[in-house]
Amino acid sequence: MYSTKYVKAKDIDDAATIMASAEDGKFLAGGMTLIPTLKQRLANPDCLVDLSACGLSAINDDGSSIRIGAMTRHVDVAESALVQKAIPAIADLAGHIGDRQVRNHGTIGGSLANNDPAACYPAALLALGGTVHTQNRSITAEDYFDGMFETTLEEGEIIREVSLPKPEKAAYVKFPNPASRYAMVGVFVAKFADGVRVAVTGAGEDGVFRASDLEAALDANFSADAIADGTVSADGLMSDIHASAEYRAHLIGEMTRRAVKACG
Amino acid sequence: MQTITMKVNGVSTSCDVPDNTLLVSFLRETMGLTGTHIGCDTSQCGACVVHVNGKSTKSCTILAAQLEGAEVTTIEGIANGDELHPMQQAFHENHGLQCGFCTPGMVMSAIELVEKNKNLSEREIREGLEGNICRCTGYHNIVKSVQDAAGKMGG
Repeated sequence: MYSTKYVKAKDIDDAATIMASAEDGKFLAGGMTLIPTLKQRLANPDCLVDLSACGLSAINDDGSSIRIGAMTRHVDVAESALVQKAIPAIADLAGHIGDRQVRNHGTIGGSLANNDPAACYPAALLALGGTVHTQNRSITAEDYFDGMFETTLEEGEIIREVSLPKPEKAAYVKFPNPASRYAMVGVFVAKFADGVRVAVTGAGEDGVFRASDLEAALDANFSADAIADGTVSADGLMSDIHASAEYRAHLIGEMTRRAVKACG
Repeated sequence: MQTITMKVNGVSTSCDVPDNTLLVSFLRETMGLTGTHIGCDTSQCGACVVHVNGKSTKSCTILAAQLEGAEVTTIEGIANGDELHPMQQAFHENHGLQCGFCTPGMVMSAIELVEKNKNLSEREIREGLEGNICRCTGYHNIVKSVQDAAGKMGG
């Protein structure tokens, strides 16, 4: 790891001030992606601004949505009685990210800010039509993701919390890569009174996306039978050493069927 | 440099470390606690697992500087004098190790796992240890050890 300067911010304003004075700083959330990146010398920030003391880890229910603080660890989301009751699919998703040690430190804000194309939380945010709240503004899921590892967060902008609307039913099912545990394909299905939303992670060349064909099929018939083989096109899907685009297209169909079944 | 104060195996310690020092380097090189192993160094194998404020943590994936005021427990800190921790004893009795390299991390992960849930199924144990890799592939006896220890730890 290159040498760097570590600063623990006292609150969100302090974090923004420290970041503004750094030449090329990085915010440090759980560090489960950033620290390995630094170890491989893939990044060389002159300053790490730790957000862990900024008081961003509350979970609240505001009736129609749950609000999860950006620094809430995956383990705390998974074990939250509030989340388990309000949106059990989110508790389940959080409880299957990476491994226990990743879940003990990784955060929802870190995951969404990083927008790894194979991360789980982006699919949840997009399928639930959630909103990312920063110190300056609120960004809807539709306006938030901006391609692989890219978001519309601006320089120095810090996620404060994330709000996730409660669906009638929802489930997330992924096909994890057996070595890395990242999703080779992950599908989040959410059924609301006004329609079904389906978001896919791990597969798109531009990161997480909504699968409109699957949404239309499930709007017409919310059943695993509604997803026939060949419903999902391989266009725009990733091909890499782990899976071809065609295999990923197949997995999207299968994970969607499993998610619909898991909705009960 | 950062001056950090943390409790390691119950003993308060304070020292200056470069900002980019990983916890595992701090433990092994500064504290001389070499029971915590560096295996893959890419956050996957779990040989470096210790407890930070009771949570199992890959010490190769966290900076010492992040742990000001924290309580850290390593494999050296779990026995009671000459009396092994029930998890260590169970690994001993069930031959839960072959070469032994992954064992400190396995034991530390397994302790947290059992402390959270003493009635674990075999599947839950296997899933709970997915962050720990045994290159000898000696998983069967590791799982048996954890089941045995869970009973002794009050399951």
